[in-house]
Amino acid sequence: MTTVTDPPKAAFRLSMLIYDTRYRSMTIQVIALIGFMLLAAFIINNTIQNLANLGKEPDFGFLSEPAGYDINQRLIEYTSQSTHLRAAFVGLLNTLVVAVLGCITATVLGVIIGVLRLSSNWLVARIMTVYVEMFRNVPVLLWIVFIMAILIETLPAPRAFRGDDPEATMKLFDTVAVTNRGVYIPEPLFSRGLGDFSVFGAFEVSWDLLAIIAVLVAGFWAARRVKLNADATQEATGVRPTTWHMRLALMFGPVLFLLVALGFHLGYPELKGFNFAGGTHMRNSLIALWLALSLYTAAFIAEIVRAGIMAISKGQSEAAFALGLRPNRTMNLVILPQALRVIIPPLISNYLNLTKNSSLAIAVGYMDITGTLGGITLNQTGRELETLLLLMLVYLIISLSISAVMNWYNNSVKLVER
Amino acid sequence: MSNTHSDTVRFVRETMLTEQAPPITAAGPVGWARANLFDGWFNSALTIISLVLIYMVLAAILPWVISPTWNAGSLTECREILVAAGSVGEHGASGACWGVIRERWLQLLFGFYPSELYWRPILAFLLTGAALAPVLFSGASRKLFYVTAAIPFVMPWLLWGGTIWGPISIAVGFVIGFFANRYLSDVFGSLGGIIAGVALALIWWLFLSGSVADVLSGIIPIGIEPVASRDFGGFMLSITIGLVAIGLSLPLGIVLALGRQSDLLIVKAICVGFIEFIRGVPLITLLFVASTLLNIFLPPGTNFDIILRVLIMVTLFAAAYMAEVIRGGLAALPRGQYEGADSLGLDYWQSQRLIIMPQALKISIPGIVSTFIGVFKDTTLVSIIGLLDPLGLSNGIRADTNWNGIVWELYGFIALLFFVFCFSMSRYSMYLERKLKTTN
Repeated sequence: MTTVTDPPKAAFRLSMLIYDTRYRSMTIQVIALIGFMLLAAFIINNTIQNLANLGKEPDFGFLSEPAGYDINQRLIEYTSQSTHLRAAFVGLLNTLVVAVLGCITATVLGVIIGVLRLSSNWLVARIMTVYVEMFRNVPVLLWIVFIMAILIETLPAPRAFRGDDPEATMKLFDTVAVTNRGVYIPEPLFSRGLGDFSVFGAFEVSWDLLAIIAVLVAGFWAARRVKLNADATQEATGVRPTTWHMRLALMFGPVLFLLVALGFHLGYPELKGFNFAGGTHMRNSLIALWLALSLYTAAFIAEIVRAGIMAISKGQSEAAFALGLRPNRTMNLVILPQALRVIIPPLISNYLNLTKNSSLAIAVGYMDITGTLGGITLNQTGRELETLLLLMLVYLIISLSISAVMNWYNNSVKLVER
Repeated sequence: MSNTHSDTVRFVRETMLTEQAPPITAAGPVGWARANLFDGWFNSALTIISLVLIYMVLAAILPWVISPTWNAGSLTECREILVAAGSVGEHGASGACWGVIRERWLQLLFGFYPSELYWRPILAFLLTGAALAPVLFSGASRKLFYVTAAIPFVMPWLLWGGTIWGPISIAVGFVIGFFANRYLSDVFGSLGGIIAGVALALIWWLFLSGSVADVLSGIIPIGIEPVASRDFGGFMLSITIGLVAIGLSLPLGIVLALGRQSDLLIVKAICVGFIEFIRGVPLITLLFVASTLLNIFLPPGTNFDIILRVLIMVTLFAAAYMAEVIRGGLAALPRGQYEGADSLGLDYWQSQRLIIMPQALKISIPGIVSTFIGVFKDTTLVSIIGLLDPLGLSNGIRADTNWNGIVWELYGFIALLFFVFCFSMSRYSMYLERKLKTTN
């Protein structure tokens, strides 16, 4: 009988740090850590020395000093006497505005184009391929400046609208004015508005907007309850009660009532002197950026949608038809839930790209956070390190929160494997 | 027995019917059109709408493109030529003004590079093409790999000029590292060999190469006329930045991806931090760092070229994206491949080099090429920090009194240049995917 014994424990020798795989990984990690810390120390040391030589010790005090410049598009109260911090905040809001607008338009366009690219109609599929290749293979910055230049050079000036026989007229029943200074659209006004309230004394939020949002959310929630109720009835009795009119009424009725109660009406742009007054002024920079970003991103989204639909095998839809599902319900119950699992992650990362690309606003003078904090504030205060750190931090926070949403979604739709 | 039923069977066809041509509506162009264009009322409507759309676009573009303004020297002259030719639309003269392209195309291609030295960038890019050929196409001659090895040193020398000893002494560093690794790894083992090679090469570059190059260029002054970075511009600048960033980001991206997949906790943390940071911020902020901050990070008194600074940042940016693409490829490999490599007794680097990487890179080809295309397109962003790439130059041209108000021709030309490059890259990736496909 032999007894199995452990091999005799070798005493630790220094050479084992390199030759023994148990210790080698530790060695490599320690070396990597030391190297990384040396590099970081080198950079930080240099930075401190250089800044001391320039007489610019890192200091974020400039944020509370008056900015001294104007921002033409602002969602919250801002004057040139406001602080740099507030200017950065105005810029951040502008970034979010163009990002949200762009994401919505890009998604709508991208889904339409992606579906049409799969169309059985040869001609339509080819046209959509041309669109996708055209926009994907040309830099987005080129599209932005191109569209900006077209808007400025080819649209009529406001003075072309003057006179008895004007060269240009307003579009859409005299409600929208398209000029080379921007587009003037009707603005929502409330004759019996609830006024504003201030948050932390820093910025104003309109009660009207909040009330509308609250009523909308409540209406949709109620409509959803009705739908769930109908589902339960169907489960129990096999007969589905007709609820669509009730749901529509619940969704939009209260809001319509509220709008009437608030005295909602539209304020139309009017030609006053040499320019338009009234209405909401959408500047060329916003339109160029919005259009370019959404057209460009739509090409990518179209490809994602196409790949997602193609990833669902034909057998899935055939099986659904064999079960007697109508095409509509096949799409809703079988194809879409599976395709969305493929589509959503790259879609969200494209939203992220769009948000980061919105920083190109600086090329057309749209005052987003790169234009305010990383542009004028940087140039006026000369605080490159602080402003760029803040700027990167803002974008990092946006990116990380979007990827957190993506990870949460990925986990919630992940196939459960055994 | 065989003729039992002969009385009951009245008719048996003994010859095949002659083949009939398919009906005219199901074959040929008509059949194709019925199947692909007019399949139901909805598709027919779509087809008609598309045809009208195509007609409108072509009717607008074709007369505009065919415009006899090639020799015009300014926008007003263009308009006069167009009016004389009779092509007048509703908003005055209509038609492209190609004079601007004829006058400025060299500038759009080369920036302010001295015109008598244009042969140098042209030669550099031709050589780069020759160097890329054996990498891209398996049919190309293997001897071209010598060009590939030399191009990292020849291309900068041709573009920036100066003494030939600078690039040579940098190349010598690589040779030193290679031989040190080869001979010292017998003594110190493979890891020790790598460390010794890198260390010796670094010592050469940091302390010796500069003075050796100075001495040699003092003794044997071989060199070509230097060109300053501020003269670089146009499409040449985009290609230079694009090529360097693409060439360097792939190896760097592989290293980062391996680091991110590694079991070593600290290495992994560093790689993840780097990748997520770079991917989380827009390129433009990194370019701001390149233009304003990079000098502050280096020892006091260091001041190096703006193009080099931009190259560093664009490369780091591309490497982070590349790392994520390659990580996807690594994650897509079945676990068995790693275990198979281990069971063959290969060490980490051998298994990566022989088993894992070839497969992972093949899987990630589409992603790698689309990252390349993205990087090439992103080189236009350097115009924002004041470098004169085609977009930067276009601002100057549009501000010129002769060409004030020109839009479509100029941007169309630039867009076409980028389109040609990006589109051929994407077609190449499709070709490569087909070639490397091993499944049915």
